[in-house]
Amino acid sequence: MRDSARAAVRAIGRAAPAAAAVGLLLAFNAAFTPGFFDLAVADGRLAGSLVDVVNRGAVVALLALGMALVIATGGVDLSVGAVMAIAGATAATLVAQHGASPWAAIAGALAVGAAAGAFNGALVAGAGVQPIVATLVLMVAGRGAAQLLTGGQIVTFNDPVLNFIDGGFVAGVPMPVLIAAGALALGLALTRGTALGLFVEATGDNERAARLAGVRVRAVKAAAYVLCGVAASVAGLLAASDIRAADANNAGLYLELDAILAAVLGGTALRGGRFSLVGAVLGALFIQGLTTTLYLHDVSPNATLAVKAGAVLAVCLAVSERVRAWVGRK
Amino acid sequence: MVDALPLLEARGLVKVYPGVRALDGADFTLRAGEVHALMGENGAGKSTLIKALTGALAPDAGEVRLGGRVIRPRSPVEAQRLGISTVYQEVNLAPNLSLAENLLLGRQPRRLGLIDRRAVRRRAEAIMAGLGVRADVGRPLGSLPIAVQQMAAIGRALDLDARVLVLDEPTSSLDAEETARLFGAVRSLAARGMGVVFITHFIGQVYEVCARVTVMRGGRVVAVRDAGGLPRLELVALMLGVSMEEARAIERAHARAGSSAEVALRARGLRRGRVGPIDLDLRRGGALGLAGLLGSGRTETARMIAGADRHESGRVEIDGRSVPTSPPRRAIAAGVALCPEDRKAEAIVPGLSVRENIALAVQARQGWWRPIGRRAQRNLAERFVRSLRIATPGVEKPAGELSGGNQQKVVLARWLAAEPRVLLLDEPTRGIDVGAKAEIERLVGDLCARGVAVLFISSEVEEVGRVCDRVLVLRDGRAAGELSGEGVTVAAVMRLIAGEGERA
Repeated sequence: MRDSARAAVRAIGRAAPAAAAVGLLLAFNAAFTPGFFDLAVADGRLAGSLVDVVNRGAVVALLALGMALVIATGGVDLSVGAVMAIAGATAATLVAQHGASPWAAIAGALAVGAAAGAFNGALVAGAGVQPIVATLVLMVAGRGAAQLLTGGQIVTFNDPVLNFIDGGFVAGVPMPVLIAAGALALGLALTRGTALGLFVEATGDNERAARLAGVRVRAVKAAAYVLCGVAASVAGLLAASDIRAADANNAGLYLELDAILAAVLGGTALRGGRFSLVGAVLGALFIQGLTTTLYLHDVSPNATLAVKAGAVLAVCLAVSERVRAWVGRK
Repeated sequence: MVDALPLLEARGLVKVYPGVRALDGADFTLRAGEVHALMGENGAGKSTLIKALTGALAPDAGEVRLGGRVIRPRSPVEAQRLGISTVYQEVNLAPNLSLAENLLLGRQPRRLGLIDRRAVRRRAEAIMAGLGVRADVGRPLGSLPIAVQQMAAIGRALDLDARVLVLDEPTSSLDAEETARLFGAVRSLAARGMGVVFITHFIGQVYEVCARVTVMRGGRVVAVRDAGGLPRLELVALMLGVSMEEARAIERAHARAGSSAEVALRARGLRRGRVGPIDLDLRRGGALGLAGLLGSGRTETARMIAGADRHESGRVEIDGRSVPTSPPRRAIAAGVALCPEDRKAEAIVPGLSVRENIALAVQARQGWWRPIGRRAQRNLAERFVRSLRIATPGVEKPAGELSGGNQQKVVLARWLAAEPRVLLLDEPTRGIDVGAKAEIERLVGDLCARGVAVLFISSEVEEVGRVCDRVLVLRDGRAAGELSGEGVTVAAVMRLIAGEGERA
């Protein structure tokens, strides 16, 4: 019994830096941002700064979920931003140019995301290409493919189902919040409800040992990239729905970096092994919360990036074992 | 010949590391024109001696003379300039540069200040031809066979006008034919007056190319002999530090196999690289020891059986049916489990808990969609923590934080939990304390009593004798002989390791 308590503490411990960062951010806002915690229900819709943070953080949270899995296998996926663009372009062109039903468009976008993940997985697990190089291929080529789909134009659409993905509410809760929460629940069920999480961690921590123990390490890696691709395509649907258009040039641009940051803040070891999906989502919420807080305090957009970088540096130093040991000695 | 001038001479070399005297007053003499073997088990001080001779480390005491003059090289480069070239086991040249560039790097012939590519090519071809190797010198070194790469390293040493050439296990990655070519080159170099120091684990090769042998043990030189006057058995006895009396005392013939138990696993003609073909039978309830010097093919044999490395030819039969063993999960499905030699790199998953490490193989066999519940995993792990007396505060402790012996027990528990029919243990007691060692030896007995077929590899001949009812001795990648029952004695095993049995 005490053991399981210890295991729980350990699991939470991995996500602790991200949780602490989110906590600090909330404390700051409690002190200095009037009305930050106010929740209002207008037209049967939940509104307020907190809701806004979760709502806008959903895209990075989705990416971070997939990224945490991939990083845990000892890899990294730089192509998630480009996959967002392809997924958005796929859905938009299917609806706007081919008159497809929105459901077919969604299915198409998800399938494209899975295919992109399978491509990455084949390169990394099958051909043994370095993950950074392998996913760099799609990071660059993927955006080009998205532009081919859209013919270089911004393809707009106005479809009630697609619009609902980002703009809709269910029981007063914004759809992105529900989608991110659903993805987290699904991810937890998939990794902790089955042995997939154990295999992912064993593969990332000591691949040769995992193989000798009978784990299908290639299949595990490929699965992580496929799941990451699917998560990225959902994020792409959210981004496209937000602006009711597919913008192949800008959709998801640089978001792979936010996703990696969120996963690492969330306690996933960059060299592979242990991961935390809850931590990844908390990491994403921290990043978005920081942006929103700066916005609420009228910090100029030019200075925002610098402040963000400073905050991230502080959190990373707090996570660093060497720095902790150094502080501990003082 | 007898009065040949010492070319390289070391006197009273001492090197002390915290807790170890790696070199304890070692003397070494190399004559011009001889190939001189430097022998000893791991940790005997061979590599420390070589490093002291080649400037890779500075000895605490003693002196090195080259051609009568005292030298104190402070780096391998400096030693090279003095005429001492070293070729390491791992070829340390630039794989992306061409063979010619590697041979002449930094000394390319120039014309009008630019590198004269044609002259480089001609010179490189001449060097390689001098070694009896025909190879396209324009190709990137990395694309050429390892043997050619080794030759390139030697060629580079040669072109530097080296007087002394040190070859540190040059043949460990070569096949028989490549080895023969290398030896041809070495002989012709010696004939030209170069002194060659040859380090190897293959005893057969010593007699093939070396005129004299220096044997080291515990940082000291225990013997310097002419190879012709040193029987294999004596050489091995010197290396292992066992008395010849003991070795000679028991001259019993090989006892015939007493056990008639059914064969659980039969391997026929297993072969990979320079190891094989190897035949062996593992019997239900029996422990077969695999003995031999380092590099004799023990580990490779176990890895082929378990599918850790794919065998190039031959087959593995279980209950008379040929089964695929690679990748390892297929071998596991057939009931074969391997505890690999390198626990850290290939067995323990340091970040996962003791519980997860123990459950890993069982879970992998069940597949990812049929998870073993946390409570079931805990019960399983706690059972083995108790029965193997794994010292850990709890099963949720990361396995990487346990001591070496306890990590080894965790790995054993992983396989015991999977209830294999055949268990291959590669050096399961290395680097762990005496208590844990005795427990693991006892455990092998228990497993046999339960009908498991065990293959047990250990460098300690005594241990193999204690644990196993049969012993297969490997030498230079082949079976040298099998002992069983009464015939399993330290002396008999050593005689086979040394290869005396063949001559008798």
